[in-house]
Amino acid sequence: MIQVEDLTKRYGSFLAVDKINFHAEKGEIVGFLGPNGAGKTTTMRILTGFMPPSEGRATVAGFDVFNESLEVRKRVGYLPESVPLYTDMTVYEYLTFMGELRKVADREERIEETMDAVKITDRADTFISHLSKGYRQRVGLAQALLHHPEVLILDEPTIGLDPAQVVEVRNLIKDVGKDRTVMLSTHILTEAQNICNRVLIINKGQIVAEDSPARLQARLAGADRVRVKVSGDGTGIHGSLEGLPGVTRVNKVSDGEFEIETKPGQDVRPEVARRIVNGGWGLLELRYVGMSLEDIFLQLTRDEVEVAQ
Amino acid sequence: MSNLWVIAKREFAHYFVSILAYAAAFMIFLIVGILFFINNWGAAQQGSPPDTRSMFGPLAFLMLFAIPALTMRLLSEEQKTGTLELMLTAPLRDWELVAGKWLGAYAFMLVVLIVSLGFPLTLHMLTQPAGIEQGPLWASYLGLALMVGAMLAVGLMASAVTENQVVALLISFAVLIAFWLIGSPSSLLGGWMGNTLDYLDISNHFYNNFYRGVINTVDIVYYVSLMIVPLYIATQFVSSRRWR
Ligand SMILES: Nc1ncnc2c1ncn2[C@@H]1O[C@H](COP(=O)(O)OP(=O)(O)OP(=O)(O)O)[C@@H](O)[C@H]1O
Ligand SMILES: [Mg+2]
Repeated sequence: MIQVEDLTKRYGSFLAVDKINFHAEKGEIVGFLGPNGAGKTTTMRILTGFMPPSEGRATVAGFDVFNESLEVRKRVGYLPESVPLYTDMTVYEYLTFMGELRKVADREERIEETMDAVKITDRADTFISHLSKGYRQRVGLAQALLHHPEVLILDEPTIGLDPAQVVEVRNLIKDVGKDRTVMLSTHILTEAQNICNRVLIINKGQIVAEDSPARLQARLAGADRVRVKVSGDGTGIHGSLEGLPGVTRVNKVSDGEFEIETKPGQDVRPEVARRIVNGGWGLLELRYVGMSLEDIFLQLTRDEVEVAQ
Repeated sequence: MSNLWVIAKREFAHYFVSILAYAAAFMIFLIVGILFFINNWGAAQQGSPPDTRSMFGPLAFLMLFAIPALTMRLLSEEQKTGTLELMLTAPLRDWELVAGKWLGAYAFMLVVLIVSLGFPLTLHMLTQPAGIEQGPLWASYLGLALMVGAMLAVGLMASAVTENQVVALLISFAVLIAFWLIGSPSSLLGGWMGNTLDYLDISNHFYNNFYRGVINTVDIVYYVSLMIVPLYIATQFVSSRRWR
């Protein structure tokens, strides 16, 4: 459904997307995960025909996003990141307008259905300018779903929603994703983990990892962290622990509290304890913290070269 | 419904909830109405026949100010608020977007012109059985409608250039003033240069012909070209977002 080959985008001399490759099939929900400025929005804007790639090629539903842009646009539902809406219209007027542009059959029914799905029926006659951020987000989502697109491209779809609504929208996306192709971007790992079949981690315009959320986590599960707490401010501990075999980094959390990152699969706790006690610091606590998906993400996007292999 | 109409319909409807549009229309009717009344009152006192030109002169001139104000937001706002992203990713050709906006604005201005018919019609009733001269009236309306269409295209073009409405207003005002005055030095220059400048002048085609009841193909071609060229340029500006 979505095929991306060596896609590159430059803004002037700045390389925003750097030769990325990926594909997404029907029935797949692909998560685009990356820190600010990674190139997620840029990639999505290319896929929706808003801007052309500098190099490389992308096809959606078999049509080239640049040369057959109109065909692509007919088949895509897009929720832009900033959720632009015509604020001078009511929700219903706006959806009617978009429905007319999209040539939606049985428009009135579809609008009712979609408003129901994103729970905005009670706001149908409210001016969009009077809606809260979360409601606007839902209107944007309704607009993207209205014409039953084969491909849905959602740029941070759950941002600004309340927790209950986040769950509902995730379920909605999961549901829609069963027989279509969904590509969504997010900063939230649990979100990607929750709804995506596949996660692409992008950083500085490059894809640094690509896998199912579970495998991604398993692959890196060995990387560990240990937390220690000593009496006093622990001057000198930093240097003493950093030299230990297996330790990759020591971070000071607060006075007397440190976090030790270790290479995957190495238990450094006995040695850490020994060093601290021998060094004369009062060991108050030594705790295994493990590694969360958040850390994996941070690690991947920090030193992408190491992990990509 | 074609995309063109969908866009035009939305823009047209927008003017009816826009305070700016009401304010502009109100100013036009107020100024034109006062001048129209004073002139014809004076004419009646002196026993001269009623004349509708006293309305078309100021009406045409006021368009110079009204049209930039009414067109400035058409594409600027879409760029500023990001809704252009929505339009450019909808299955809609760029020219349909541009032409649709123009058509919506044009429809609104035609409503304004139709309402302004109230002045000459009132005069016509008051001066029965002689009434007013019909020829110049309808020719002036035709000329005005054509000129307004051209001016709207210029305003829309300015609005495609920038996301700043004030800048769009200033650009379209500057371009329109330039077209309004460009024929002035023609008598000094003479020859083919003078003729060219005369031809380019947006007001000449109106005041020298339609206003006097004369309908020429040349003038119609001029105004239609002045609709097409700016609309084409505006489309290029919108499309250029896809190349950059
Ligand atoms: N129109 C533009 N002109 C110049 N640079 C741009 C433009 N749009 C984006 N960039 C730059 O390209 C890079 C990628 O931006 P992009 O918006 O794709 O990131 P993102 O992954 O969506 O980030 P976020 O999570 O903050 O939304 C950023 O460094 C950004 O500053
Ligand atoms: Mg983004």
